[in-house]
Amino acid sequence: MDENAERIVPKIVTSRIGLDGSHTLETYLATGGYSALRKALTSMTPEEIQAEVMTSNLLGRGGAGFEVGRKWSMLKNSPLRYLVVNGDESEPATFKDHMLIEGDPHQLVEGTIITAYAVGAARAFIYIRGEFALGLERVQRAIDEAYTYGALGRNIFGSGFSLDLVVHPGAGAYICGEETALIESLEGKRGYPRIKPPFFPAVIGLYGAPTIVNNVESMSNIPWIVNNGGAAFASLGIGRSTGTRIFALAGHVNRPGNYEVEMAKLTFRDLVYKPEYGGGMRMGRGVKAFIPGGVSAPWFGPDQLDLPLAQDDVAKAGSMLGSGSIVMMDDHTCMVRAAWRITKFFNRESCGQCTPCREGSGWIEKMMRRIETGAGRESDLDMLLDACDNIAPGLSWPPAQTTICVLGPSIPSSVVAGIRMFRDEFLIHIKEGGCPYGR
Amino acid sequence: MSGFNPEMRTRAEKICSLYPQVRSALIPLCHLAQEQAGYLSEDLMEEIAEMVGVTPAEVYGTASFYDMLHTEPVGKYLVGVCTNIACLLQGGEELLEHAEAKLGVAPGGTTEDGMFTLEDMECIAHCNKAPALQVNYRFFGPVDEESFDELVDDLRAGRLVGDVPSHGTLIREERSAPIALSIDEVLAERALSDAAIAQRKAQVQS
Ligand SMILES: Cc1cc2nc3c(=O)[nH]c(=O)nc-3n(C[C@H](O)[C@H](O)[C@H](O)COP(=O)(O)O)c2cc1C
Ligand code: SF4
Ligand code: FES
Repeated sequence: MDENAERIVPKIVTSRIGLDGSHTLETYLATGGYSALRKALTSMTPEEIQAEVMTSNLLGRGGAGFEVGRKWSMLKNSPLRYLVVNGDESEPATFKDHMLIEGDPHQLVEGTIITAYAVGAARAFIYIRGEFALGLERVQRAIDEAYTYGALGRNIFGSGFSLDLVVHPGAGAYICGEETALIESLEGKRGYPRIKPPFFPAVIGLYGAPTIVNNVESMSNIPWIVNNGGAAFASLGIGRSTGTRIFALAGHVNRPGNYEVEMAKLTFRDLVYKPEYGGGMRMGRGVKAFIPGGVSAPWFGPDQLDLPLAQDDVAKAGSMLGSGSIVMMDDHTCMVRAAWRITKFFNRESCGQCTPCREGSGWIEKMMRRIETGAGRESDLDMLLDACDNIAPGLSWPPAQTTICVLGPSIPSSVVAGIRMFRDEFLIHIKEGGCPYGR
Repeated sequence: MSGFNPEMRTRAEKICSLYPQVRSALIPLCHLAQEQAGYLSEDLMEEIAEMVGVTPAEVYGTASFYDMLHTEPVGKYLVGVCTNIACLLQGGEELLEHAEAKLGVAPGGTTEDGMFTLEDMECIAHCNKAPALQVNYRFFGPVDEESFDELVDDLRAGRLVGDVPSHGTLIREERSAPIALSIDEVLAERALSDAAIAQRKAQVQS
């Protein structure tokens, strides 16, 4: 075979996006929908499905990148278990689950039912952030259609397996994307993360029962894996980064959007510049910096554009692929303002349980605002790094944790990167008493 | 003084029946309350408390954690302009400033005619359409000053009632399928099928 011949990379999770009525049962069935569920329930044991997912090495798409199959295998054995799908998608600049929820809700529902069977869940829930009004409607509609079609309820497809699936709305709180806060929220409480240990969801989760929490995109991969086998999935990508993944590309690119690409085969540069993806930087400007995995992730500079879109390579370079969001910032961007806005976000969204996170985010936000608006002092930079070091001692990535959840230790990412990469720009703000970019 | 109207009460009871523990219905019921009254009135919080088995203070305490739940009246249209990073890079802050000028209120404020409440939103996952905004949790973007003015005028004139319903993120969402099996029934069914499998295995072995 010609080595240079381009292999055709399947669209695993976005194959229906853009089709007419992609959210309807009619379109779903016409494009092979629910065949994986039928296969799973009538010809596979839960263990066999788990084995396929293990073989696929699907990494969780919610942020932490944990192997989905391994998570399932760690679920504590108990007759009562639950499955909760995480559709809270609130990591700034991440918008892939939004598309999957609105554009292909049946795929999400099918993946959820198969997973519930594979892990033995007594009931399954899809938690969707409250701001996704249309998404909530589409998933509810898909669930109702699935009941009518016989894919939910009693004795699904005559297999003897029964399941109820409930879609549940959030109400506006970033922290509810953290899996234990999500569970609290689903229990009708404030979204306070729980302390791990002992509260690992796989051991003590929803209503105290062992619970699997998986992301929307993770679930949407399951039907394809069941239909095509874990080995086919694992044959895509390189090393531990298997299959395809959606990257949500935003910021100063010509064509912001969601792109499903084979893992590890492209670089950030490919994604930003190739005409079928980002189509280059807006107005042909240069790249000043970019955020590779959601605003919790440390920033990269132009030197890192040639890193592959692979989980381990990005981790080795000191950041993370995280939520699959990539934000490009061109050379006209004020880095102080960007870092300040991200800190403001964390300050607003800190749940307030831990002092370093609650107080630290407030301090850092105030200092950053002071610098951006021209009232900063040179000594502020060391104070900022000091305050950051109190939240995440050592200021390395992945961060050391002093708090209940990792929201806290994520706060320093942008500020520390900003100061390390663009110290001069911070100093200009301080010396000139304001933002050189005019805002 | 009034709680849920009969139609809402029926919907609320249906939602309660979806969960193994009824407290889980607290947030969805708050959305229904806002759909009916525009915000979480004391009466409605009391009724929700009674329905999910907690005190009214617990409903208040829970609701106050969430940005979408309002314990004070808000305008007919909630206009939430995103200023988070992707929108910031595309002029989200300038758009918010323009919105303040056009509506004559600061973020958090409501116009005198009670039509609009302006909000400074965190990311709404519409970043490919930056700068983006939501009106009653319906998406718009990219929005510039001109299209913002048009949007406000259209809303005022009632030209967008189809695209932007009134309050309540669940206003167009109603589940039709009832819960098929209680958790106890599921567990009993699984125990039976597990026993059947064990028996079959034993037969094969003997
Ligand atoms: C502050 C915070 C916010 C998070 N937000 C989300 C989210 O919006 N969606 C999501 O799927 N995971 C989110 N996560 C990760 C979840 O805790 C969890 O790891 C994930 O849902 C597991 O699914 P996966 O293994 O399929 O990726 C968040 C984590 C933290 C610490
Ligand atoms: S780190 Fe922050 S968000 Fe996480 S539990 Fe502590 S205070 Fe809450
Ligand atoms: S940053 Fe504005 S919608 Fe995501």
